[in-house]
Amino acid sequence: MTTSEIAVSVENLTKSYGTFAALKGITFDIKRGETFALLGPNGAGKSTTIEILEGYRDRTNGEVRVLGTDPQHGGLPWKAKLGIVLQSSGESGNVTVREQLTQFAGMYPNPRSVDEVIASIGLEEKAGTRIKNLSGGQRRRVDVGLGVIGRPELLFLDEPTTGFDPEARRQFWELIRSLKREGTTILLTTHYLDEAAQLSDRAAVVAGGVLVDIGPVGSLGSAEARIPIVRWRESGIVREQRAAEPGAVVAELVARLGEPEGLEVVRPSLEDIYLDLVSTQFAGTENTEAEARVLANQTDPTAGTMRESELA
Amino acid sequence: MSTVTQTSPSSPSSPSSAGGAGAAAFGVGRTVRLGLSRIGYETKIYFRQTDTLFFTFLFPVIMLTIFSVAFQGMGNVGANPDGTGGISQAAAYLPGMIAAGILLSGVQNLGVDIATERGDGTLKRLGGTPLPVLSYFFGKIGQVFATSVLQIALLLLVAVVAFGVQLPTDPAKWMTFVWVYLLGIATSAILGIAISRLPRSGKSATAVIIPPVLILQFISGVYLQFALLPDWLQTVASIFPLKWIAQGLRSVFLPESFASVEPGGAWNLGAVAVALLIWLVAGLIVCRVTFRWIRKDS
Repeated sequence: MTTSEIAVSVENLTKSYGTFAALKGITFDIKRGETFALLGPNGAGKSTTIEILEGYRDRTNGEVRVLGTDPQHGGLPWKAKLGIVLQSSGESGNVTVREQLTQFAGMYPNPRSVDEVIASIGLEEKAGTRIKNLSGGQRRRVDVGLGVIGRPELLFLDEPTTGFDPEARRQFWELIRSLKREGTTILLTTHYLDEAAQLSDRAAVVAGGVLVDIGPVGSLGSAEARIPIVRWRESGIVREQRAAEPGAVVAELVARLGEPEGLEVVRPSLEDIYLDLVSTQFAGTENTEAEARVLANQTDPTAGTMRESELA
Repeated sequence: MSTVTQTSPSSPSSPSSAGGAGAAAFGVGRTVRLGLSRIGYETKIYFRQTDTLFFTFLFPVIMLTIFSVAFQGMGNVGANPDGTGGISQAAAYLPGMIAAGILLSGVQNLGVDIATERGDGTLKRLGGTPLPVLSYFFGKIGQVFATSVLQIALLLLVAVVAFGVQLPTDPAKWMTFVWVYLLGIATSAILGIAISRLPRSGKSATAVIIPPVLILQFISGVYLQFALLPDWLQTVASIFPLKWIAQGLRSVFLPESFASVEPGGAWNLGAVAVALLIWLVAGLIVCRVTFRWIRKDS
């Protein structure tokens, strides 16, 4: 694959805050036109990774190329090719939706039409409303609008649909699909696994600063993790069995018990597989409770020292 | 959120205009054009914030009114022993209030504004766009300039219409006014950008920036007559730019006879220019060295 076909390449990326290692060597590529999801629990290193790619943070070590440029030295022409939707936005918003989009459109060499973007984020009715008077979900849509106004080649979306109602989320997916059809490369972080499954071509799971798995969403996790589960009740006790061929197990049950009580055949959901992936990352450490606390506190740089002292 | 129509010429395989024609497309012209567009945008926002409107824009007008009315009974300033001559309280306060307006419009306005923008994520967002830092500064400085011109016009209008203050007629005085104003407002705006780095968060911005600005107004001849301050306090005030702006403006708006109570018995406009230039250059250096869109790795 030539470099021009690769939008983002990350090799052995590490990031430390003092003694705390937020990223411990992450490697992945994103192809041009691909929609790539970064999954993982809070504090896993998703935002650190995405902010290094956006040029907001400097890496400690490793190689990073975003549209062929090292983000630590990305100039204005490079930034003009990016669209960035940050995780949080708290601006006072004393401008209207249209004014803000118009102002941002002026910064890019080849922007989309403001009206088109307002329509695509579904805020036609609110175009003349000051942003501070919008609801949280509507403000988030403005964020997305500002991210796409410059017709980016590469769009970063850091938890874009937090605070959306289900309908707005569906509409947002449609928008993302239309960007994808245009050939936009998209890097997405999200907590909603259905969102990753709906939108992304491939996903990577990050936990504890390590890349745990990567691949098409349907193939994440071990083959074992995806084995269906047969569940039934026998003598009042719920039993379950993992079976690659659940039909055979059910047939055996029927032969043995007649119609089994409470029979279910469950294929592990993406959620199950994901939770399994994230938890096995920490299997093998004895003090899992401390680990859980470290995970919860990972945005706090002092968490690193805590981890060392408690796991020593 | 429906689909975006597919009119995009920037398909991923085509060479990007940003990459190819980069040097020309991202030159000085673009920086200036974006800067001008930012001036309109920033000025519009300024007048939509009611707290800035009151504490920055109208504050000197309100103070001029209060002082002029409150001290009217004390008679004219600089009057002869028999009560004749001298100038009205409003005329005596006018130059100080214009100086205060210059300080508020620059240092206080931008100091609080930019610290707040750093705190609420505005700067982080702009840092991810191809907006040049210089265009952002143009926008801020242009906003300071536009709003302070309006502020001074309002001050002069109130002084003349409400208090009958006589403005100078000598063109030379107005020439002095123009350079003192331009040098003062430029210095004040640059120092506002520089000082915006101090507050640790957007929420603490007003608490960090307003007190020193207020103290400066008291020791620099805005609210209290400079000549009446003790020598040591005058010396302290002389370190800071507000004292020099006020002194320069007194030379414009007060009668020549008032020069005798200035330090050294003269307006000393040369020192005004030098002091303001030193602050301007120092401020520019601080801005150049310290300004970042975000606190990296904080």
